[in-house]
Amino acid sequence: MDYLTILQILDSTVRLATPLLLTCLAGLFSERAGIVDIGLEGKLLAAAFMSGAVAYVTGSIWLGLLAGVAASLAFSMLHGLASITFKGDQLISGVALNFLAAGLTVVIGQSWFALGGRTPSLSGNGRFGEWNLPFSDAWSKIPVFGPTYNELISGHTALTYIAILAVPVSWWVLYRTRFGLRLRAVGENPSAVDTAGVSVVRLRYLALVIAGVLCGLAGTYLASLAAGFVKDMSAGRGYIALAALIFAKWRPWYALSATLLFGLLEAIGNRYQSIAIGDFVIPVQFMQALPYILTVVILAGFIGKAIPPRAGGTPYVKER
Amino acid sequence: MQAMPKWADAVLIPLISILLAFFFSGLMIWAIGKDPVVAIQTMIQGAFGSTNGIGYTLYYTTNFIFTGLAIAVAYHARLFNIGGEGQVMLGGLGVALVCLAIDWPHWALALPAAMIGGAVFGAAWAFIPAYLQAKRGSHIVITTMMFNFIASAFVGYILLNYLKVPGSMSTESAGFSAGAHLPTFHEMLAPFGINFSKNAPANISFLIALLAAFGFWVLIWKTRLGYEIRSFGASETAAKYAGINPVRITIIAMMISGALCGLMAINNVMGEAERLIDNAPEGAGFIGIAVALMGRNHPIGIVLAALLFGFLYQGGAELTFWEAIPRELIVVIQGLVIMFTGALDNMVRAPLEKLFLALRKTKEA
Repeated sequence: MDYLTILQILDSTVRLATPLLLTCLAGLFSERAGIVDIGLEGKLLAAAFMSGAVAYVTGSIWLGLLAGVAASLAFSMLHGLASITFKGDQLISGVALNFLAAGLTVVIGQSWFALGGRTPSLSGNGRFGEWNLPFSDAWSKIPVFGPTYNELISGHTALTYIAILAVPVSWWVLYRTRFGLRLRAVGENPSAVDTAGVSVVRLRYLALVIAGVLCGLAGTYLASLAAGFVKDMSAGRGYIALAALIFAKWRPWYALSATLLFGLLEAIGNRYQSIAIGDFVIPVQFMQALPYILTVVILAGFIGKAIPPRAGGTPYVKER
Repeated sequence: MQAMPKWADAVLIPLISILLAFFFSGLMIWAIGKDPVVAIQTMIQGAFGSTNGIGYTLYYTTNFIFTGLAIAVAYHARLFNIGGEGQVMLGGLGVALVCLAIDWPHWALALPAAMIGGAVFGAAWAFIPAYLQAKRGSHIVITTMMFNFIASAFVGYILLNYLKVPGSMSTESAGFSAGAHLPTFHEMLAPFGINFSKNAPANISFLIALLAAFGFWVLIWKTRLGYEIRSFGASETAAKYAGINPVRITIIAMMISGALCGLMAINNVMGEAERLIDNAPEGAGFIGIAVALMGRNHPIGIVLAALLFGFLYQGGAELTFWEAIPRELIVVIQGLVIMFTGALDNMVRAPLEKLFLALRKTKEA
């Protein structure tokens, strides 16, 4: 394996990790506020569809992005309505959202475009362009550093840089602002936050708004990358992001490394059908299942313990 | 004192929730420019208008009774098993291995053996998340979800590398021998002079599913184990105080749940396809969630809810054929049913409770 191959694998790792990272951070905000978010997959799918549809009709991916975020936000608010306002089961609500997205995208897509649930292909301004960072051409002749800068660091779409930037921003918001402190507190001990005179309901809805926006970005990224929406195109990424969230123990920087790891696994799995180590061949199915297996191992507490926010999953009821 | 009479809780609330779900489904059909009334007529005609339609409806119903019961068993112990899909997949593998193992002389021998095979594989797949929940505190919702993906990769691997017929293009196992063929409704009803459609996949598994529903009722409400499962579900601390072992109940409830999912494979793998195909469950494990929620975790409710979803599945297929409405419409309805009967339960319940309280007050006054 030469240096360029490694670079290409790493490059596709970044590409594949971008939607995972955005979705994972969405889950992070939601779960840190005590709202378990199984519906990430559904929001991703809804955003991918709406952004694909609007980007095709208007010819602008940025308008598509707005529509994708709006769709994801709508799903997020429905989740809030069920699990915050009506104090319903967050898990059940999330499962319902995933089904709604899987069904609605195809039914509406068929009605609008009559392409069996697909949207027409996006081209030109209907997709995000690649951002070439300054000097990427000029420096590409420099050995080792040049190709790294040109292939790996430069040449991604805007959303990739936004996603990576979102990591320190999330960290700063969660750990260095009053809002972040309250958000984390509401996921651990909502009654204490309530006693301090801060609205639990408002904080949890705000967390879901952030989650909705981030999922919207991730969904739009998928639609732009694949040049259009295809039925079930999220393909379990919402669940992988959830797995990455557990892997990351609900922390922003860990989320970056977890999603990069899962992206790398996917990139390797895409490039090599099966990997032979001596006489032993690792089947491609094992590579596909590896993120899930790793998550179970982490959950089982064999490699460090993942402790979720304490109030996660339970609706907050004021004592009478 | 309860705010509502029992009948309102068991019948009225689910009924209102379902009507709400159907109202929004109708709204959506109307929004995409189709006529909801015509759609309903097409669905009823397609699902119940011929013995062929009825045969398909009951075939789907059989699947959903098994998975609905499975989710409900776990739910009685307050365990949310969303790994039904993976457990059905593994059950399919178990059934297929049994059916392919020997040249079965008669279905009456093959069926019990296949049932054991499916149930054991399904239960084993549920055992790992159950053990991790009980012993290591890993959240069962996340682990069972992960196990769905692992199951899909695992069964895909076995199918591709060990069970696939060499040289064949399609990813499926060899067909089962004639001795493993289950009697279909056509064959079962012919001696009584009823001419049931030959092509419909409904088979003797339907009766097994009804038996399982009865067995579920006996287990949950008439046995010591059922009592333990229910009290563990109602309050873990109280159950512990009463000497009920939480580890044991968690593992047993989940293994029964997995076994019921695994049993579903006698219907879809042995009864219908008569070979193991890729992604055999087709989402039945997830529909079990909707069925259990709608059926209020009671066997009678579950059988009725399974019948409703069987109707939606078969009727939905007809809708695709005649009205060009995509099959995914059912997925939307499924999502709406789960949303309204599950997550938005309080939206319907709270006003009703107020209403009943007000009624009682006026009566007392």
